[in-house]
Amino acid sequence: MTAPVEVHARRRAPATNAHSRRRWFWVFVTPFLAGLVVFVYVPIGWSAYLSLFNARNTVTPTDFVGLGNYAYLLSDRLFLDSMATFVVFALIIVPLTFACSLGLALLLRRIGVLQAFFRSAFFIPTACSYVIAALVWRMSFFNGARFGLANTMLRSVGLDPVNWLGGENHWYWFVLVTLRLWLQVGFYMILFIAGLNAIDPQVYEAASLDGATGFGVFRHITFPLLRPTSVAVATLLLINAFQAFDEFYNTLNTVRGYPPYARPPLVYLYLISFGDGSQDLGIGSAGTLILTVVILAFSLAQNRLLSIGADR
Amino acid sequence: MRTPPAVRVAAYVAASVLAVLFLLPFYVIVRNAFSTQTWITAPQWHWLPNALDGRTLAGVLGNANLGITQSLLNSAVVAVAQTAATVVVSLMAGYALARTSTRAARVILGLTVFTLMVPTAVTFVPMFVMASSLGWISTYRGLIIPAVFSAFATYLFRQGFLDFPVELEESAYLDGANAWTTLWRIVVPNSLGMVAAVGTITFIGAWNAFLWPLLIAQDPGMRTVQVTLSQFMTSQGVRYPEIFTGALVAIVPALVVFLFLQRWLVQGVTRSGLK
Repeated sequence: MTAPVEVHARRRAPATNAHSRRRWFWVFVTPFLAGLVVFVYVPIGWSAYLSLFNARNTVTPTDFVGLGNYAYLLSDRLFLDSMATFVVFALIIVPLTFACSLGLALLLRRIGVLQAFFRSAFFIPTACSYVIAALVWRMSFFNGARFGLANTMLRSVGLDPVNWLGGENHWYWFVLVTLRLWLQVGFYMILFIAGLNAIDPQVYEAASLDGATGFGVFRHITFPLLRPTSVAVATLLLINAFQAFDEFYNTLNTVRGYPPYARPPLVYLYLISFGDGSQDLGIGSAGTLILTVVILAFSLAQNRLLSIGADR
Repeated sequence: MRTPPAVRVAAYVAASVLAVLFLLPFYVIVRNAFSTQTWITAPQWHWLPNALDGRTLAGVLGNANLGITQSLLNSAVVAVAQTAATVVVSLMAGYALARTSTRAARVILGLTVFTLMVPTAVTFVPMFVMASSLGWISTYRGLIIPAVFSAFATYLFRQGFLDFPVELEESAYLDGANAWTTLWRIVVPNSLGMVAAVGTITFIGAWNAFLWPLLIAQDPGMRTVQVTLSQFMTSQGVRYPEIFTGALVAIVPALVVFLFLQRWLVQGVTRSGLK
């Protein structure tokens, strides 16, 4: 990654002397660096500090508890439940979005006239917020009352209306998964389109001369050559699934509060740090650090897993 | 690749069905915004709206108690300021990191890339602690400044500037320009596509942001439009047509930006995946 930088730096050297170059580097980089340190690295450090204290309703705690908050979280059933919720969510949403976005990208290659229109139609949900999507999903599509669109359709074929978000039969997963799929599939489709366009057309010509067709071409040529895009998409999908908050909160939160089920890690952290009753920033901070480590481990493991055989 | 006619027809049919499904949520927002409460909650689903006179729209925008107008204004201030600041800060840093390879530059690049891997949403608890001790709760400062420093934007600019022809800069230096003038007079005017790409992504992200504004905007007068809509969903006094009218006016700015700058957005998204 650093190789091209060095080339550029060397090529520019004659025009300016080293001293002024160094000065301008700091002028340009300092605002960003200062912001990064103050708003990312200092908070992480602070939360590491807070995580060692009992910080109920305070940000300047005095009651040192050592690793107590960590021990509490790792034995807290609600925290472990939230990790399990993330795993279930990720196991559904990551492969599903991956397959659908790749499918849409491949579909668009079969389209000549109107391709730009269809691409925009699949991509435009990216402009919608999770809040507004949740509003449509919970109040119109999957409204538990009889007039919800899904329930209207169920009734028209003689089935009983479903209380989608009430918790029974885990129906809420259907709501949450379709929402996120709709909102983000176009984004990853764009990535796959770029990946597909980067494949040399001559490879396909050679394959068709060899008599390869249809699925064979995809399995043996397209998919292996898409590997860099696939790795990027899978990693982004996983990181984003881990951060899910907006649609869970807005789909499931009610006047009576957030239901006891479907609490992914960020929702759990939010409720424990800012929810009614027990505002405990010490435990919230410990949770932050555990999650940071988990997400790093997950992305590294997934990267490793997906790049097996990449050198061949 | 040649496509047989039958396959082509099937592709068009599939694409059309999917396009209808993808656009359906937008249509439902419009349909609900221009229908009456009884029309929406009728046991029989109506595809067409029944209140096209725009009275709900006027009512929602005119009713200060609902807070939609104020929160639209807040969202506009936050999204525009955050976008402008992010573009300037990240452009300068990305340029510096693309043109310098000292040890300091490598360390800063490392810190930036590491931030990309640690999702910022995970650090919201400490960020909130920080903002509250600075006294930034319920202020524009608190809504905007912590969100400005985007490792993602800096990284996009840095990758983009690696491809910028250094020869242009060299001739400016030979004419006696310093780095500041060269950046703003030579490099930036020739990189407006990249500015548009980062700007579009940042604006849509800022306009649609929810978690951070939810924490910071504790005073109802400081809420962004996403937070206000979220409150509507859990308050009993707001009716369906009003909620969906709120959603409609909240989605229009993002859609306008999307439709006009889609080309740049695609470019930005493409770059973001292929790092």
